[in-house]
Amino acid sequence: MSVRTLPVTRGGIGESVPRVDAVPKAKGTFLFASDLWAEDMLWGFTVRSPHPHARIRSIDVSGALAHPGVRAVLLAGDVPGRKTYGLEFADQPVLAWDRVRYAGEPVAIGAAEDPETARRAGERIVVDYEVLPAVTDMAQALRADAPRVHDFGNVLRHVHIVHGDPDAPADVWVEGYYETAVQDQAPLGPEAGLAIPAPDGGVDLYVATQWLHVDRQQIAPCLGLPAHKVRLHLAGVGGAFGAREDLSMQIHASLLALRTGRPVKIAYGREESFLGHVHRHPARIWMRHGARRDGTLVCVRARILVDGGAYASSSAAVIGNASTFACGPYEVPNALVDGTAVYTHNPPCGAMRGFGAVQVCFAHEAQMDRLARALGRDPVELRLRNALRTSSVLPTGQVVRGSAPVAAVIRRCAALPLPPEAPPAGRGDPRAYPGGCGNVSRGERLRRGVGFAVGYKNIAYSEGFDDASAARVRLRADAAGPIAEVRSAAAEVGQGIHTILAQIARTELGVERVAILPPDTGVGSAGSTSASRQTMMSGGAVQAACAAVREALFARVRRSLARPRGELRLAGGLVLLDGEPVGPIAAFLDEPVEAERVYHHRPTRPLDARGQGEPHAAFAFAAERAVVEVDEELGLVRVVQIAAAQDVGRALHPQSVQGQIEGGTAQGLGLALMEELQLRDGRIRNASFTDYLIPTIADMPPVVSALVEEPEPGAPYGAKGVGEPATIVATAAIVAALRDATGRELNRVPVRPDDLAGLAPPVAPVAPPPPPPQGSGPEPVPWAHGLATGQHELLQEPAHEGAGEDPRPWERTRGGTGS
Amino acid sequence: MRVRVRVNGAWRTAEVWPGASLLALLRDALGLCGSKNACEQGECGSCSVWLDGELVCACLVLAAQADGREVRTVEGLTTGEDLHPVQRAFVEAGAVQCGFCTPGFVVAVVDLLSRDPDPDEPRIREALSGNLCRCTGYQKILDAVRLAASKLGGSSP
Repeated sequence: MSVRTLPVTRGGIGESVPRVDAVPKAKGTFLFASDLWAEDMLWGFTVRSPHPHARIRSIDVSGALAHPGVRAVLLAGDVPGRKTYGLEFADQPVLAWDRVRYAGEPVAIGAAEDPETARRAGERIVVDYEVLPAVTDMAQALRADAPRVHDFGNVLRHVHIVHGDPDAPADVWVEGYYETAVQDQAPLGPEAGLAIPAPDGGVDLYVATQWLHVDRQQIAPCLGLPAHKVRLHLAGVGGAFGAREDLSMQIHASLLALRTGRPVKIAYGREESFLGHVHRHPARIWMRHGARRDGTLVCVRARILVDGGAYASSSAAVIGNASTFACGPYEVPNALVDGTAVYTHNPPCGAMRGFGAVQVCFAHEAQMDRLARALGRDPVELRLRNALRTSSVLPTGQVVRGSAPVAAVIRRCAALPLPPEAPPAGRGDPRAYPGGCGNVSRGERLRRGVGFAVGYKNIAYSEGFDDASAARVRLRADAAGPIAEVRSAAAEVGQGIHTILAQIARTELGVERVAILPPDTGVGSAGSTSASRQTMMSGGAVQAACAAVREALFARVRRSLARPRGELRLAGGLVLLDGEPVGPIAAFLDEPVEAERVYHHRPTRPLDARGQGEPHAAFAFAAERAVVEVDEELGLVRVVQIAAAQDVGRALHPQSVQGQIEGGTAQGLGLALMEELQLRDGRIRNASFTDYLIPTIADMPPVVSALVEEPEPGAPYGAKGVGEPATIVATAAIVAALRDATGRELNRVPVRPDDLAGLAPPVAPVAPPPPPPQGSGPEPVPWAHGLATGQHELLQEPAHEGAGEDPRPWERTRGGTGS
Repeated sequence: MRVRVRVNGAWRTAEVWPGASLLALLRDALGLCGSKNACEQGECGSCSVWLDGELVCACLVLAAQADGREVRTVEGLTTGEDLHPVQRAFVEAGAVQCGFCTPGFVVAVVDLLSRDPDPDEPRIREALSGNLCRCTGYQKILDAVRLAASKLGGSSP
């Protein structure tokens, strides 16, 4: 009997293969945006407003222009096209003209021969401001007598959700007030890019961004150029986490390059980075939970206020998320949620990992613990009793159709082993006590606490947005055999999408050599690298394009076969007919095979006036258990262990999935314990890594993770996005553990040593929750709410050959919202 | 002003502004961009290099201070396609995500293992607490250090 070895394709999905970009990154040869250089390049600089609200009386640029080495200074009047831009509403000036609305707003730009000359030239630009009264408190912004940030008022968006009977009686009620601070994404790579003027009058911009096409959609009108003359290329991205969803230096560098006719690089330093990108919204949340004696949730009432800052950015979508996720991953038959995003004269807030779900998770999980205490029930059991599952109805009326293994996630997390007890005081390594390398304690007044949190997040864009991603795949052969080239505009920001796309191409086409071509706007939009969406969306596009390539190749193969019937497969570089090799793939590639496909997720529907609809495409769930030790005297904390269980659908690259859980947990730990962008009167007071603290290796505990794999129906390979859920639950779990250790209320993050040592009382609301505003904001939620600008470009593209042949309904060709 | 520095074994000369840092000299004047510029105030370790064999943040050293001295950067760890065992461990352990902090971490780990070939976990955490990473949560970086130590002959698993 002969044993036949089936050909296999190495490096496909499910394997933790080395990242495609790991070697150059480890060697230091991978070029990030801030590393770019061009012959004859100028250095751009930006002059920013020091005032949160002021009228610009005049700007004197003569001193800067007289400075040797300065080649250009531009003001708002020099913007040839549209004067404003924005992701959802074009409300943000490229350069401020009559007034500035936040401290840090760009007022003038320039270019000089070297960075030092650029810095000095910026200091020689004199702006005469008439300082105006500013509103820098989110509740004050809703008062009728508050200064108006924009002519249409200070309501950015209001979301009102009514579900069941919000007056339903319950046996037990608990009530709480919660605050979360401004968090910064703090990617290690500062904003940077290089704009090179092109002979056709256009510009080539090499930039670190999360979505090339939506950048172009905003840049081109401001430059007064057609889209095809503005070509964006992805430069190396040093982390993003939402900070690169909005534009920073893109239009400025392009304007300067077009004006001077020379390449212009703009690279922010760390201080300017803090000023030059949006932040996580600070939130104030009032919540009331009612339950039956047996622990069954009856009703949740929530009032949410978030500060959007001076410009819209993605605040409308963030408050949409905060409102629709306010009740947590639980079955809540009756709910009333009012969420408001307001304009203030603070720096704009927008996307950051977790996108509105982080703030409400901190609140709803504290409420679940309060409820457990009031009922005398185990907090984990209480969560299990109310856990969402497939077919559950959400407060928006949306039925959960995909996988929802919430109970499995909770059980797996709770079952992970606990860490050993702390060594007795004075017996352990000082580095193992709170304060660590600071060597401040021998563990004399140590209290251990355990906390638990569950949360969830939408995958991909919501509320009727026709979210899509295009990809082109070309299969060809050279002397070394077959090779697949994948062309996608998906931004690799560190999360590993390029490696995932290569794995998918290997699995689908049976070849091991895959080239990921550099992302640019020469191919269709891939949508944003955000909302944990690229694995599903661009993964789906590459899978579909590979399937089309495969079918075309099979047609070729069948024409060459004497017996063309039977099942054809590709594996290990071979074409197989009913499992038997019929020849190498390369033998059928005298001509390359190429296909482009666009992937769409299931259609979603916007919310109506009562907050009812089908806003989200898919959900991912996570639970974390935190073990902490608190030094009661010093108020210092050591997080001992994080146990994490996450609903991932299917892990396409397990090592990267763990990496996302661990890294996401670190950012949640940061918000729980140290990260706060401090604002006073609208000004950022700690715009540096000396003063804005992010977790170091000494702060991070071991993270023990369990992957719950219940495939998502309809998603490629059943995989869900994995980037955000850990960030959402980590903050809530750690603070729950701190409450368990200290017995204190701790209703604001980040928790400070004063809070833990009992020197500061819990924060109290300065006033009762503001009443819901009249109307929903300056613009009702449009049919394609949420980053609709990206949709325009997709709609303008010609239809692709063969698109829409796939019978799967979520891969519709284009157009329409499916509502 | 003119400075002359021996970088990765070769003497290099450059004209720089007197206030320029060693990091600016390396990146902007000499084109050695492996040392990164994430904070430029000595908080993040992304620009870690050796100055006369001592681990420093290049952003905190003036270019003028390096005049006549020996600088070794991440680019000097290997030649051509080779990977240093620490770099290989970072790749294998999944310790690289966005990669902006990676060269600085690699330099700091090479420095640690040269002084302590078999560091325990508290020692690793202490030695690397001056290097910030925003992506990984550090767990896979710890794995990489242990993997590199074992490959280099220490006894850690």
